[in-house]
Amino acid sequence: MASSFAVKRLQRELIKLQAQTPPGITLISANDFSEWHLDIRVLDDTNPLYTNQTYRLRFTFSATYPIEPPEVVFLTRAPNGADPPVLNDYPVPMHPHVYSNGIICLDLLDKQAWSPVHNVESVCISLQSMLTGNRKNERPPNDADFVRSNMRRPRDISFLFHDEKV
Amino acid sequence: MESEDDFNSARSTDDEMMDDVESGYSDDDFDDLEIGEEEGFDAHDKITATQKQSYEVEFKVWTPKDIDEAQLRLINEVKDVLGQSPEATAILLRYSRWNREKLIEQYMDNQAAVLEGAGLGESNSTEARVQTLTGFTCDICCDDTSPMTTFAIKCGHRFCIDCYKTYVNAKVTDEAEAARIKCPADQCNRIVDNKSMELLVPDNLTDRYHELLVRTYVDDLENLKWCPAPNCEFAIQCKVKAKELKKVVPTVHCDCGHDFCFGCAYNDHLPAPCDLVKKWVKKCEDDSETANWISANTKECPKCASTIEKNGGCNHMTCRKCKHEFCWMCMGVWSEHGTSWYNCNRFEEKSGTEARDAQAKSRQSLERYLHYYNRYANHEQSAKLDKDIYVKTEKKMTQLQNHAQLSWIEVQFLDSASKALQRCRQTLKWTYAFAFYLERNNLTEIFEDNQKDLEMAVENLSELFEKPTDQLEKMKVEMMDKTAYCNKRRIILLNDTADNLRKSRHAFWSNDLGA
Ligand SMILES: [Zn+2]
Ligand SMILES: [Zn+2]
Ligand SMILES: [Zn+2]
Ligand SMILES: [Zn+2]
Repeated sequence: MASSFAVKRLQRELIKLQAQTPPGITLISANDFSEWHLDIRVLDDTNPLYTNQTYRLRFTFSATYPIEPPEVVFLTRAPNGADPPVLNDYPVPMHPHVYSNGIICLDLLDKQAWSPVHNVESVCISLQSMLTGNRKNERPPNDADFVRSNMRRPRDISFLFHDEKV
Repeated sequence: MESEDDFNSARSTDDEMMDDVESGYSDDDFDDLEIGEEEGFDAHDKITATQKQSYEVEFKVWTPKDIDEAQLRLINEVKDVLGQSPEATAILLRYSRWNREKLIEQYMDNQAAVLEGAGLGESNSTEARVQTLTGFTCDICCDDTSPMTTFAIKCGHRFCIDCYKTYVNAKVTDEAEAARIKCPADQCNRIVDNKSMELLVPDNLTDRYHELLVRTYVDDLENLKWCPAPNCEFAIQCKVKAKELKKVVPTVHCDCGHDFCFGCAYNDHLPAPCDLVKKWVKKCEDDSETANWISANTKECPKCASTIEKNGGCNHMTCRKCKHEFCWMCMGVWSEHGTSWYNCNRFEEKSGTEARDAQAKSRQSLERYLHYYNRYANHEQSAKLDKDIYVKTEKKMTQLQNHAQLSWIEVQFLDSASKALQRCRQTLKWTYAFAFYLERNNLTEIFEDNQKDLEMAVENLSELFEKPTDQLEKMKVEMMDKTAYCNKRRIILLNDTADNLRKSRHAFWSNDLGA
């Protein structure tokens, strides 16, 4: 649950996001200050990997946000009781840093590299550009094992960042 | 043996191992071997281990008091050279990562720059840091109340002082950081200096903050490391450098009882070098499902197929039903073990013709991995079972002490045996990771012979260990002999591998195919 410090900051972010979001980014739900959903699209039509696809992100905020990063994953399934019910799972974008269960391996979201000046919008923009710049139709090399065995939350995993350039 | 001296030192160690059997092994035993001062150690410091075996490294255990005193000594020495107060000197030393020579040199070279860098310069006045501004928006809380009290360090990235405090507070509390906290701005690597920290850290955290500062002394020095045992407050000093880790395996013994590798902080992994251990552990994690069936505690008797459960550490199995005796690890006939037929520890490569196509090759590579993993996991498991048995035996020995009027001293041989079993199995376990990556050359056979000898010694002792309690007393002498023999075989194996590593005589596969 968010602290008053986090709530104050999230309130301001929400007002801004409700007024305007950058192209390709849509606020879907922000019912409280612990979990928000946003959609992102890749705007570059010349990248065939992501054409006509919308990806849903789930942000989870801890009491220490924004001192500590939010947990950000690509949602694979609609939460129970979605209205109207969503029949299809959400797609998870193909990327060497995105596991097929939606977990993202991005240094920006790691405690060490995170800066409290980042926010929901800047994270969305970073993810958008991470996808835009990618031409590899690949999952991380250990995807199958990781997805099968991982029971941990993303924040408890210390990733070895495969390749900072991708 | 290369010289008379080597011979003598080896012999004195055997005697010492015999003593261990009597007294129970403890790190205090090293105290008797103090040989005065060594370079890098202060004269009054106790040297707890000396170079007495090829595989052993020199190290020293530091108590929290030792750490405090060493810092104070250094601060006192350096403060006179720099002409600064003890407080300022401490800040300067932490800034230079406790590198005295570098600090003095840079200070003499450009005093103003060093003071600036450490946050002690003239431009670092409180006024420069704390400013009350109008029309300012804080990038952390997004607040734009006017006027606002703001804070910035040397880099000039300014935030409202409340956010700065919250940020620093979280770093100290949640991440145990003190001397390496970066400016909150994105991509800014400027460290929040000590003087700023004193302004920002709330009163209730100052003690914790200073405690963390004291810890930087150990964190910053390459030859000092914290003991990784939970709640242990000791640090270990060892001269082995990161770049030497391919040639030496620096196992150290903390006074809390924990044995660990100074190179990688993993539990004692002699004789395998750190990089092999890392690769092996990773491989075992990745292949855990393939290998899962192996660690199961039940197998079928190779003769009558009835289910056999392993409930002790010993690998010499006798089927209850058909009385067939076999080896748990290779499932081979036990009577062939200990003769020239014995090849339980060695992986027999199939002849080249059989493994020509890719599928056969990958099957053979899997079989090879499973061969070594099987033995690795088995010793790990056996060590646990031996420990369980000891706990049970200890109970019975207490009863025996009461009823048969045996003294506490008279039952200690069991403790020594148990410890030898644990220690030798720990070593054996890692010999299999070592062997997995070992490229065959003319030394491999000697290694495998040493491994086999240690393995047989361990199995023999383990077998005695599982005998019913009422037989244990009359087996005392035999057990003590076998305990000493196990310890001796372990030392021989470790000395041999350590010598070869040091001289780069072993070659290792860079991939894990082993083919
Ligand atoms: Zn602020
Ligand atoms: Zn900065
Ligand atoms: Zn310890
Ligand atoms: Zn190591």
